[in-house]
Amino acid sequence: MGWFKRLKDGIQTATKNKKEAPDGLWNKCKSCAEMTTMKELRENFFICPKCDYHSRIGSNDYFEMIFDGKYTELFDNLLAKDMLKFSDLKSYEDRLSVAYKKFGEIDAMKVAEGKVGRKPLVIAAMDFSFIGGSMGSVVGEKIARACDYCIENKIPLMIISKSGGARMMEAAYSLMQMAKTSAKLAALARAGVPYFSFMTDPTTGGVTASYAMLGDINFSEPGALIGFAGPRVIKETIKRDLPEGFQRSEFLLDHGFLDFIVHRSNLKERIDEMLTLFKMEEKVS
Amino acid sequence: MVFLDFEKPLEKLYEQLEKIKQVEEEGAVDMSETIKELEKKITKEKKEIYANLTGWQRVQLSRHPERPYTLYYIEQICKNFIELHGDRYYADDKAIVGGIGQIAGQTCIIMGHQKGVNTKMRQYRNFGMANPEGYRKALRLMKLAERFGYPVVCLIDTPGAYPGIEAEERGQAEAIAKNLFEMAGLKVPIVCYVIGEGASGGALGIGLGDRVFMMENTWYSVISPESCSSILWRSWDHKEEAAEALKLTPDHMLEFGMIEEILKEPLGGANTDPEKMARILKSHIKAQLSELMEIASDDLISGRLERYGKIGEYNFFESLEKVDP
Ligand SMILES: [Zn+2]
Repeated sequence: MGWFKRLKDGIQTATKNKKEAPDGLWNKCKSCAEMTTMKELRENFFICPKCDYHSRIGSNDYFEMIFDGKYTELFDNLLAKDMLKFSDLKSYEDRLSVAYKKFGEIDAMKVAEGKVGRKPLVIAAMDFSFIGGSMGSVVGEKIARACDYCIENKIPLMIISKSGGARMMEAAYSLMQMAKTSAKLAALARAGVPYFSFMTDPTTGGVTASYAMLGDINFSEPGALIGFAGPRVIKETIKRDLPEGFQRSEFLLDHGFLDFIVHRSNLKERIDEMLTLFKMEEKVS
Repeated sequence: MVFLDFEKPLEKLYEQLEKIKQVEEEGAVDMSETIKELEKKITKEKKEIYANLTGWQRVQLSRHPERPYTLYYIEQICKNFIELHGDRYYADDKAIVGGIGQIAGQTCIIMGHQKGVNTKMRQYRNFGMANPEGYRKALRLMKLAERFGYPVVCLIDTPGAYPGIEAEERGQAEAIAKNLFEMAGLKVPIVCYVIGEGASGGALGIGLGDRVFMMENTWYSVISPESCSSILWRSWDHKEEAAEALKLTPDHMLEFGMIEEILKEPLGGANTDPEKMARILKSHIKAQLSELMEIASDDLISGRLERYGKIGEYNFFESLEKVDP
């Protein structure tokens, strides 16, 4: 089967099989090993009832948790392109088609428009399951379009980051998305549109060093890994162990890089509050 | 002279040349014909070697120990330069230097990553790997430039921003992000030159400009070939392949539309004739600044937004649907 056919099949699987784990399935907590049913976990915002560990969830879960009912996905027709014909142990084409089939997503970011407490909001949320939530051209372009859309319609923007950083297979293109997204966010700021940056586990590399740190409000989930260099790289460089809690949300709050940490069960309420406080002028229609 | 592995044929020729010159001196024999022959041979060999460099060889040249660094260029091209220190919050980073000076009569703010010229200085400069205070100093100087309407010149040469505990505590990511945000909206011209290594966010942190240029024997990418090899190949042994795969040479960057132009280097690299390289750089900067200083602030900012806004390659889902191979 040619890569193109596989790619197409994969994308179709991704868009059709929005598979949700069945309620009866058991989930083992990554932090304390407690067994919980999916139903119970879902009802508890995917937080472990025993140890409060916030398990990693996808863009759709956040959209459903935050928006009042229905929401509309925007710019959902963008697909990654292997412009460098990149190949390491695997080709980028293969990595993409595997990702489409296996994870049911078509890239590492989804953008949706909806309402929170009847106030409009655009959310761009990352999916870590798709090649480590890496930032390539599609992620950059979605953020760029989301910024343009929010400027045009005077709607606040929220980005939910969850990423290992750059998508190496897009090399310089990936790097330049840092400049692209930052330039677009600067335009959003000039237009007076509020931008809320929400960091979740993990937020590292070029994503942290661009849009994640540029919020008018920077906030995060508890216990999330947030940093520029990954802990492994730092450990190899300095050749000693890292302090307890290093690069976790609480550490960043303590060092002055977050406005606050919000528990997932209070997330919607907090966003609602922020939208009330940072109210955009009503559009004259 | 330091010879890189692929320059070994040259080393032999230069050794021969030295010997003949010595013979000439000692014996007072006229060897000028032989010397001329040998010099011709060296030039021919050089042309062959440097005409077909691989990505990895460019990386090696970009790190050549005799390659000129930021302070050398500043010394050569600026008049009345005063180095300005410190970010005003925490410290003075030694891996990013900058100050105010005149280039061909134009007062400007010039800055860049600085590597050390010997073992002791390499430590002192932290191998050109900046901490957050380096990026914050850079931003402070850019804001100074903005206040007085001076253009900003950035020279890029870093193996990456420093990955350390303190760097994370002081917000390495925030410092770089803030620079990108502020540079995108800076009201004065910014021109950037990759003069050596352009590794990742550490390079980009002073690299967002109206125009970006690369010297011929430099590289620019999201990660170094070594780190890329260790992550994707799970071994340090595939750096040559990684360098090819990353398409990190100036030629590629020009093809991608991420840089405006490539600055030719003297044959054999900037290290063979630093003064000449400095002259090339100076006249280039002069030409760029005189053009950019004519452009209104708003147009600079919207031009920058457009320049970066269009970087990215992607497919559309519908068009893929229609094509059925
Ligand atoms: Zn638990």
